[in-house]
Amino acid sequence: MTATGTNGQSPPTFTEDQVLRYSRHIILPTIGGAGQRKLLDAKVLCVGAGGLGSPIAMYLAAAGVGTLGVLDFDRVDRTNLQRQILHDDDDVGRPKVESAVERLRGINPTIDVIGHDTMLTSENAFEIMEPYDVVIDGTDNFPVRYLVNDACQLLGKPLVYGSIYQFEGQASVFLPGPETPCYRCLFPQPPPPGAVPSCSEAGVFGVLPGVVGSIQAVEAIKLITGVGEPLVGRLLLFDALDMDFTSVRLRWDPECPVCGKHPTVTELIDYDFFCGLPSATGASGHASEEA
Amino acid sequence: MVRVKVPTMMRSRVGGRPVLDGQGSTLREVLEGLEQRYPGFTSTIVTDSGGLHRFVNLYVNDEDVRYLGSLETQVEDGDTVAILPAVAGGC
Repeated sequence: MTATGTNGQSPPTFTEDQVLRYSRHIILPTIGGAGQRKLLDAKVLCVGAGGLGSPIAMYLAAAGVGTLGVLDFDRVDRTNLQRQILHDDDDVGRPKVESAVERLRGINPTIDVIGHDTMLTSENAFEIMEPYDVVIDGTDNFPVRYLVNDACQLLGKPLVYGSIYQFEGQASVFLPGPETPCYRCLFPQPPPPGAVPSCSEAGVFGVLPGVVGSIQAVEAIKLITGVGEPLVGRLLLFDALDMDFTSVRLRWDPECPVCGKHPTVTELIDYDFFCGLPSATGASGHASEEA
Repeated sequence: MVRVKVPTMMRSRVGGRPVLDGQGSTLREVLEGLEQRYPGFTSTIVTDSGGLHRFVNLYVNDEDVRYLGSLETQVEDGDTVAILPAVAGGC
């Protein structure tokens, strides 16, 4: 059985199940059969299976992203259940990747779900990320955010960024290469260690990652299908208390050490050290900073 | 009058207010005025030597002041200043 393509080329071929499963996309102007085919052919890595990772991975699985990787090293804790909807009460104590893969296969058994039950490091990031077309940042700390950003820039992969704090969220899309901003163009330096409380210290509004993660899923699907205007060069800001969405302009920084005119970060570095935390080598430091 | 939007993370320093009214012809003057009213408020924005921390962004309307005049950026009545600290949460 086939569905009609929208680009004048030979129509994409779908199985009978796919025609039914994705019918609301296939009949949707601008997505259509061609867009659904792109989703089925896409390989997306979601880094983190927590608050942001839950809606990201669940919507992308449902949308039919053909190869969906989920990376996390943590185990499900009862305090996660208020917002991390990938995991059930029965999953407490299990590796998050295990329960995530099970849930995602339940949502869509026809796609390939790959679990990466590991911590992303400078040593394994290239190998893990290389096979994927798009990477989504659902992490929860500065060192890994800079690591994911730099690895995407160095590998030439688009990165869908999202971050949350209490009642507020941010989202953007960082394309590889010069002329468009990356995470380092937005925040050249991380704050000093301990300056920004974690979710466990400051609390987090349970629905907030649902909103921000869903926006990240939207942007990933737009990147894959080529529809709409991606959130490139803009940072979306969401305030749940005021129910306020605004965006500010992001500029490419020609002095950016990873995507600027004269990059100085040409390989992955020690991101704990960069963020002022004790590094694997026992050293600690925080790069001098001032705009 | 300049409208200064305060992120959740910094509201405890200003009595929980989400928006402050500021006065001044430059961003520095606006922040200095707020520092007088709320001592300690700008310590996470401005460095000891009077520059901008690189983990906090300031926007006048929707433009990053690093690409305008940094703290010397001119502001006018009706402008909105947004403070955007780096956050890493996703958990």
